[in-house]
Amino acid sequence: MSALEWQIATVTKIAPETAKVKSFTFNLPAWTQHRAGQHYDIRLTAPDGYRAQRSYLIASAPERAGEIDLTVELVEDGEVSTFLHTAVRVGDGIEVRGPIGGYFVWDAATHGGPLLLVAGGSGVVPMMSMLRHRAAAGATVPVRLLYSSRTYEDVIYRAELDGLAAKGDGLEVFHTLTRSQPSGWTGYARRIDDKMLGEVSGPFGAKALTFICGPTALVEAAATSLEGAGLRTERIKTERFGPSGT
Amino acid sequence: MERSNEDLMLDGNAVGGLLSEVFGDDLTAALGSCPDCGRHAELATLRAFTHAPGVVLRCPACDGVQMVLVRTPRGVRHQTRVVMQRR
Repeated sequence: MSALEWQIATVTKIAPETAKVKSFTFNLPAWTQHRAGQHYDIRLTAPDGYRAQRSYLIASAPERAGEIDLTVELVEDGEVSTFLHTAVRVGDGIEVRGPIGGYFVWDAATHGGPLLLVAGGSGVVPMMSMLRHRAAAGATVPVRLLYSSRTYEDVIYRAELDGLAAKGDGLEVFHTLTRSQPSGWTGYARRIDDKMLGEVSGPFGAKALTFICGPTALVEAAATSLEGAGLRTERIKTERFGPSGT
Repeated sequence: MERSNEDLMLDGNAVGGLLSEVFGDDLTAALGSCPDCGRHAELATLRAFTHAPGVVLRCPACDGVQMVLVRTPRGVRHQTRVVMQRR
């Protein structure tokens, strides 16, 4: 079966990540190994035939066979995300197709690094797939992740990111919290700007392979800033997911 | 240059599934040349506007329309101006 045909996946696990974000594990009857950074389309069909379809980035590592994790943020008035968050139960069948996308992808063996990852909000999802892939493949490519969230409680995969960074194998994680910060916070406390990008990307210089994912405004600003700092446009890959603000 | 609906735009990556319905393959990594300014890059790097009844793919350099895709009861209709090269 082609990766581009629809199949019915079974939800085998639903895990809350934050107040507005859940990870769903889908068991796929026609599983195809994905590449970190790819997405799946989800299609819902109402009894009257009305259909809604959205794309969701894969969070899990390609090394996990037979199933994928999609991490989904609940979007206000979002037809598909609201259904997934409020109606779907373990054991339900959901129509999906994928994996999709051949550009915003990172293969540890072929692409190398150093890797600069810039994420806003749930834009961290494909970065998590890349970091899980890096860990599963035993790669030690240097990686710096700059991750912008509204508050400490909104940080997705916080414990897992801490754990991966603590291994000391070349991954460094830099958080910025834009709305509020817990007492004693030592990370950044503002929106991503030129100075912050310069500090995080500095050690890699212009040779970093860069992935940016998040709300459109954040992606535009970060890509423009890094191009201005001398990174080559062809080495900057972007995935915008629309107007939601961070 | 005035850009259209900048807040709403996505990347070409986002419409890989729809492209596969039309062309039978995930073309997001295929190379295409803009017929207006000649920019040559992966279709994934085009700007995708998906909030209209159809999907419009525009050149990030000159804003020229490269492809329009509309879902109809008889399948997806498309008007393609970008010159594509598979690899």
